[in-house]
Amino acid sequence: MKIIACIKQVPDSEAKVRAEDRKVSWGESPLVINPFDEYAVEGALQQKEAQSGASSSLSTVTALCIGPESAREALKHALAMGADDAILISDPALDAERLDTLGAARLLTAAIQKIGDVDMVMFGRQTLDNGAGITPAQTARLLGWPMLGLSGQIKVQDGNVSVERVIEEGRQTVSAKLPAVLSVVQSIGEPRYPSFMGIRKASKANIPVWSLSDVGASAPEPIVKRTELMNPPVRDTAVEIISGESPAEIAEKLADKILAEKVL
Amino acid sequence: MDFSLSQEQQMTQKMVREFAQKEIAPVIKEYDRKQEPIPFALKRMGELGILGLPFPVRYGGAGMDYVALGLACEELEAVDTSLRVVMSVHTGLCGMTVLQWGTEEQKQKFLVPLARGEKIGCGAFTEPGAGSDVAAMRASAKRDGDSYILNGEKMWISLAALADLALVTVKTNPSARKPSEGLSCFIVDLHSPGVRRDDIHGKLGVRAGSTGWINFQDVKVPADNRIGEEGEGFKITMSAFDHGRYTVASGATGMIRACLEASVSYARTRTTFGKPIAEHQLIKEKIAKMAQDHEIARLLYLQAGWMQNMGKRNTLQTSYAKKFATEASFSAANEAIQIHGAYGFSDEFDVERYLRNSKGAVIYEGSSEIQVLIQSGYALGERSDKPLRCELPAYDETYWQG
Repeated sequence: MKIIACIKQVPDSEAKVRAEDRKVSWGESPLVINPFDEYAVEGALQQKEAQSGASSSLSTVTALCIGPESAREALKHALAMGADDAILISDPALDAERLDTLGAARLLTAAIQKIGDVDMVMFGRQTLDNGAGITPAQTARLLGWPMLGLSGQIKVQDGNVSVERVIEEGRQTVSAKLPAVLSVVQSIGEPRYPSFMGIRKASKANIPVWSLSDVGASAPEPIVKRTELMNPPVRDTAVEIISGESPAEIAEKLADKILAEKVL
Repeated sequence: MDFSLSQEQQMTQKMVREFAQKEIAPVIKEYDRKQEPIPFALKRMGELGILGLPFPVRYGGAGMDYVALGLACEELEAVDTSLRVVMSVHTGLCGMTVLQWGTEEQKQKFLVPLARGEKIGCGAFTEPGAGSDVAAMRASAKRDGDSYILNGEKMWISLAALADLALVTVKTNPSARKPSEGLSCFIVDLHSPGVRRDDIHGKLGVRAGSTGWINFQDVKVPADNRIGEEGEGFKITMSAFDHGRYTVASGATGMIRACLEASVSYARTRTTFGKPIAEHQLIKEKIAKMAQDHEIARLLYLQAGWMQNMGKRNTLQTSYAKKFATEASFSAANEAIQIHGAYGFSDEFDVERYLRNSKGAVIYEGSSEIQVLIQSGYALGERSDKPLRCELPAYDETYWQG
């Protein structure tokens, strides 16, 4: 079974986003593997392990990422977690500002088709930077494969994949024929730490870089354009400590304040 | 001069940090209050390979270098000292000493299960009446055919109650010309008949760590368990201290960092006289001192780790690193409490635990006073490194990871 885990390199979760010169800036924040994508890698590795026991054929996990040279670090994290290999899609003609979700889906689709014989493609539910969460569905559409979104526990049997989803009314099990695209959520299980064997492998890994011509694609034209980019207005806040003789008195003053400020 | 860390070192650092922050930080306060070791900590550190971090893969280890070991200790102690203490005694005192002095058979028998975390090790040198003065120890072993019979008591032994194996130094020749020439080292199975042990309670700090005593009464130890030759015990113990001190130094560096981070965070949010206290010059001075000390401590232990990687003796450099980092961590914790004001005096914040934990390291693995004697000995030409029969092997990536 051949599984692809699609990952992205994003700014650390503590980074603060700012609009600067009409561009999005994350400051000097360190770049990390998108935390939601760690669940995709975890899910892929779980399936590899499950299939290795159930089937005589070898299962593999390939981590796939679009990004600049620095995105190798995110791929190395996936390798250290246990992915068998990794591929970086990178090209000087790619401009991160102009690559929207559909553009990314087109490139990923081209790479997945180039890899060939893929059974399952896994994504995290969304990215931490743009957070649109629609690349998995767009990729499925372009591949012409079924899409199982927001998947929890995953079971593969007889060429079918079934996943459990938590919905408002309870739990729902949905299934599809393989090959399929999945986006996974936290209930798949906590991502494993990189192992030392994985760290040794990742640090020595020579990650292949596929250019646009390697995947037979041109730089996608964005269909979503930012017409304006601005920072939210600075909120002016003040702190007031309410004092009183007793808790009841303080509570009364607080209630009066809340009503006066029209908070309630 | 290249100060950058390798990819492996950086990934090791990140992995250990994530483990400590995700799994230990949320529960440490509870176990520190209860004065109990975190029940899953040793098991998880074994499963993740942290316990065997600097040992060759062929001996069950993770195949990382000595610098990576220091980085791991820094991350562990940035969360709690009890985690780093495990590395000091299991990995440093016990495992690394077997790596240095053990025969191939002994490495297979003892180091492999230690590196895999299947067995837990500790180092038993200190006695009720002998600490830094190692040669004054009274515990003894007498040869009896293919075995030795051990008697005596060891005290202030980290992991005494939890370990399976202990590297124990005892007197084998009471009539040796110099007391230091009459000592020998053994790996003792702590499940052997005649071994009694328990934890000591009521410690000032490291309350989530196991510290105890071990009593040996006519304990039969196979002669094959003797590490090194008879009479080499003092040299072996000093090697063990080099390894232990390195982990203490790097760990204490993590403690300084924890104090710095806690202080910066608090100073930015706490206001007095109409502004955050971080804007008051006297607070800035304390924070600058912590930041500077962290940098110095880090450079000192990285130097010692680099020397280990190169196969160079580093007793003096490790002594510098240990003394500086432990004293600076005690000072940083003290100032962190001062910055936190009355809140720092309660266990609502971590800094009071940092202060309690930091004091031990100024005493154990050779007190600051002993470090002064070592350092002045080198400076005055009274002491020099003589070649050892067995040196700690230099880090060789091909051998380590092959």
